[in-house]
Amino acid sequence: MSEPVALRTEGLCKRFGSLEVARDISLTLPLGARHALIGPNGAGKTTLVNLITGQLRPDSGRIVLDGTDVTRFSTAARVKAGLARTFQINSLFPDLSPIEAVTLAVCERAGTAGQFWRSLSAHGDSIDEAYAILSRLGLGDVATRRTRTLAYGQQRLLEIALALATRPKVLLLDEPAAGVPKGESAELFRVIAELPKDISVLFIEHDMGIVFSFASRIVVLVSGGVLLEAEPEVIRTDPRVREVYLGHGAHG
Amino acid sequence: MVGQVAVILFDGFAFGMLLFVLSVGLSVTLGLMNFTNLAHCAFGMLGGYVTVVLIRSMGVPFLWTLPAAFLAAAVVAVVLERSIFRLLYRAGELNQVLATIGIVFVAAASAAYIFGTGQLPIQLPAFLRGSFEYGGQRFGLYRAFLSAVAVCVAALLVLGLEHTRFGARVRAAVDNQRVAQGLGIDVDKVFAVTFALGCGLAGLGGALAIEIVGLDPSFGFHYLVYVLIVVAVGGLGSIGGSFIAAALLGIADVAGKYLVPGLGSFLIYLILVAVLFVRPQGLFGRR
Amino acid sequence: MALTETRPMQARAWIRRQSRWSVYEVLFWLAALLPFYFMPTYLTLASQVAIAALFALSVDLILGYAGIITLGHAMFFGLGAYCAGLITKAGWGEPLTGLLIAGAFAALVGWIMSFIIVRVRHLALLMITLGLGLLTAELANSMRWLTGGTDGLQGVDVWPIFGRYDFDLWGYTAYAYALVVLFLGVLLARRLVNSSFGLSLRGVRENLNRMPAIGSPYRRHLQTIYTISAGMAGVAGALLTQTTETVSLDTLSFQRSADVVVMLILGGTGRLYGGILGAIIFMVARDQLSDMNPQYWYFWIGILLVVVVLAMPGGILGGLARLVGKRGA
Repeated sequence: MSEPVALRTEGLCKRFGSLEVARDISLTLPLGARHALIGPNGAGKTTLVNLITGQLRPDSGRIVLDGTDVTRFSTAARVKAGLARTFQINSLFPDLSPIEAVTLAVCERAGTAGQFWRSLSAHGDSIDEAYAILSRLGLGDVATRRTRTLAYGQQRLLEIALALATRPKVLLLDEPAAGVPKGESAELFRVIAELPKDISVLFIEHDMGIVFSFASRIVVLVSGGVLLEAEPEVIRTDPRVREVYLGHGAHG
Repeated sequence: MVGQVAVILFDGFAFGMLLFVLSVGLSVTLGLMNFTNLAHCAFGMLGGYVTVVLIRSMGVPFLWTLPAAFLAAAVVAVVLERSIFRLLYRAGELNQVLATIGIVFVAAASAAYIFGTGQLPIQLPAFLRGSFEYGGQRFGLYRAFLSAVAVCVAALLVLGLEHTRFGARVRAAVDNQRVAQGLGIDVDKVFAVTFALGCGLAGLGGALAIEIVGLDPSFGFHYLVYVLIVVAVGGLGSIGGSFIAAALLGIADVAGKYLVPGLGSFLIYLILVAVLFVRPQGLFGRR
Repeated sequence: MALTETRPMQARAWIRRQSRWSVYEVLFWLAALLPFYFMPTYLTLASQVAIAALFALSVDLILGYAGIITLGHAMFFGLGAYCAGLITKAGWGEPLTGLLIAGAFAALVGWIMSFIIVRVRHLALLMITLGLGLLTAELANSMRWLTGGTDGLQGVDVWPIFGRYDFDLWGYTAYAYALVVLFLGVLLARRLVNSSFGLSLRGVRENLNRMPAIGSPYRRHLQTIYTISAGMAGVAGALLTQTTETVSLDTLSFQRSADVVVMLILGGTGRLYGGILGAIIFMVARDQLSDMNPQYWYFWIGILLVVVVLAMPGGILGGLARLVGKRGA
């Protein structure tokens, strides 16, 4: 192996009855990489993320995280091993404030969330760490407001904050820009650009602006199988990719 | 001895069939719309009282009161669904449980006020009274009638589900509501009709129950527990599951009370907990 | 430099503020002393209310904070009640240790049950709590040799507290005892709710699916709170036994399980004092209307339930909070 690999999938297969949603998917995500996963709707991108994070069990294949075979691990165990994700549709805690939500994630990571005899304010370090994550993402000013009152773009950023609180080695971003109005996406771009270099990122995106700005390598998924995996320039000019995206001329 | 077993099985099966008619509606609507309607047996009580009033005050023959009980319960169900229940669909499980329990309270109190707290007996037509003999044992005619009605209902339901367009829509909506809606199925209307049908069946069950277990204002509560057990054990949204679970529980209850009178309903609670522990989705439910 | 430094401290300060004693809480506990001086004839009722409040608090911990819907929690109330009674019959009538033993017993049973509880959801969860509650009641009914059956446990003899304070007919000792235990229960609940553990419970309630995604062993958390809640309910049951010196089957009844849920909905779930408020209103109303035909009582409770669910889903405290514009639990 030439470079260290953060995440590897080997021959992942999954079918629901006669519907094959994942066909022999083998991917490699090197350490510190920024890879993008693209494909038309229904290609199975979110399914793949669900397989990697453990929400779905594959019929066959392996998932190796930083050298450890995590195929049999539960979702929470994979998070503990360093694999985090964000959700395409916000999955937040509506009545908690951002600082509470991220502090919760930090405490769960530190294993101190079960200490029912200690007041929350005694976990000063965890609160500080949570606040640091929030302010890095530009959410410092709204940290004490209720999550449901935040603007949609801020909620998308909170999604990422929750994932970052688990100190992941591998981060899977599922359409981070989905639904974010143009005016708020600049902040999102900045956050993605400033993600620590030691975190390896795989993101699903339809927004070709983000894809071509950040991805060093692009994987094209069609009907559950990998069509092509190459550098952005190759993908941009490949005729098969063009054909798959026919009718999506508004993008990229 | 064998004769005793046969009678227990027969009586137990009949009781189970009664439970089936009472429960099948709840199983389907829970599986369809995830709406926890604990007032389901109150519709049964309504059907029962409709039958009682028709027989005692108006001399209507028993068999004619059965469709009347069904219709009355179905109509009230439609009214309640359009007014109160639809406000609860998004309200979360706890609120559904509480609001529907509140409705049972109101129904039971109203019944007690109107009809008094005692059981009201009815006169069955002559051909349903008494028993018939088979293999040296006597079996109740009414229980046989009850079982036959329930089996017919089950058959009609299954045929309806499998072979009518409406049935296909119900199956689609139970399977995957969002996709069904996307296919142009009016899920709202499917549910409203299914709900009315289910509550109507509960009303029918209430009418049928009078002769077997008696009717009084606590019917809505007492049989709610049995019905919930049937639905939970059988699995949500499954007609076959309700049938088998109801038969199983009916037989277990009768057998338990007959063989070990001190333990009362112990046996069915035990079955409930055991089944749910091993298969939380019930015998035939989907996870 | 100074401006950016204060921000983390503001976050810490905000979190500390969430768990501060509010002025209303202090006033409440002061008001709880009133019955001693102004309503001495109602002291027995007051201790019943305090016991119901403690039971309601125990249910709020799992229902309001963790989102576990239960229709069978009286099981633990009754187990604690019978345990406390049986301990005195075995010869040990000291109330404080009896209380602790009964609570520990109920907690143990709760812990065993919690393994099933956290593995099911929705209807299956409702049915398991209901089924186990009914099962326990049936068992108690048939084990006449142990529980006294429908006659209840006779000969419960409780020694004076600290050797000095006897449980007199006027109810001073009983109410003081119940009130102190309730206060301790609330202190425990406050600490629980305002800890990181409480935060994870709220996480479970708000978005269960997100919890594994942040690496949370949420099933373990749920087991912990269920055990604590069972213990607290057991303590409440034991209190009833010790203050009334009897135990009867209705401590295990479905009626009691349903009543406590009504109290919680009335007062508002997930707000710590909702159960207490609901208990006060429910018990006082039932006492004042006790000569009313029971049919009427349940008719109006039914209407109340439907109205509260449709119009005031947060209960009374929820409505008040909306009025004042405060945030929820």
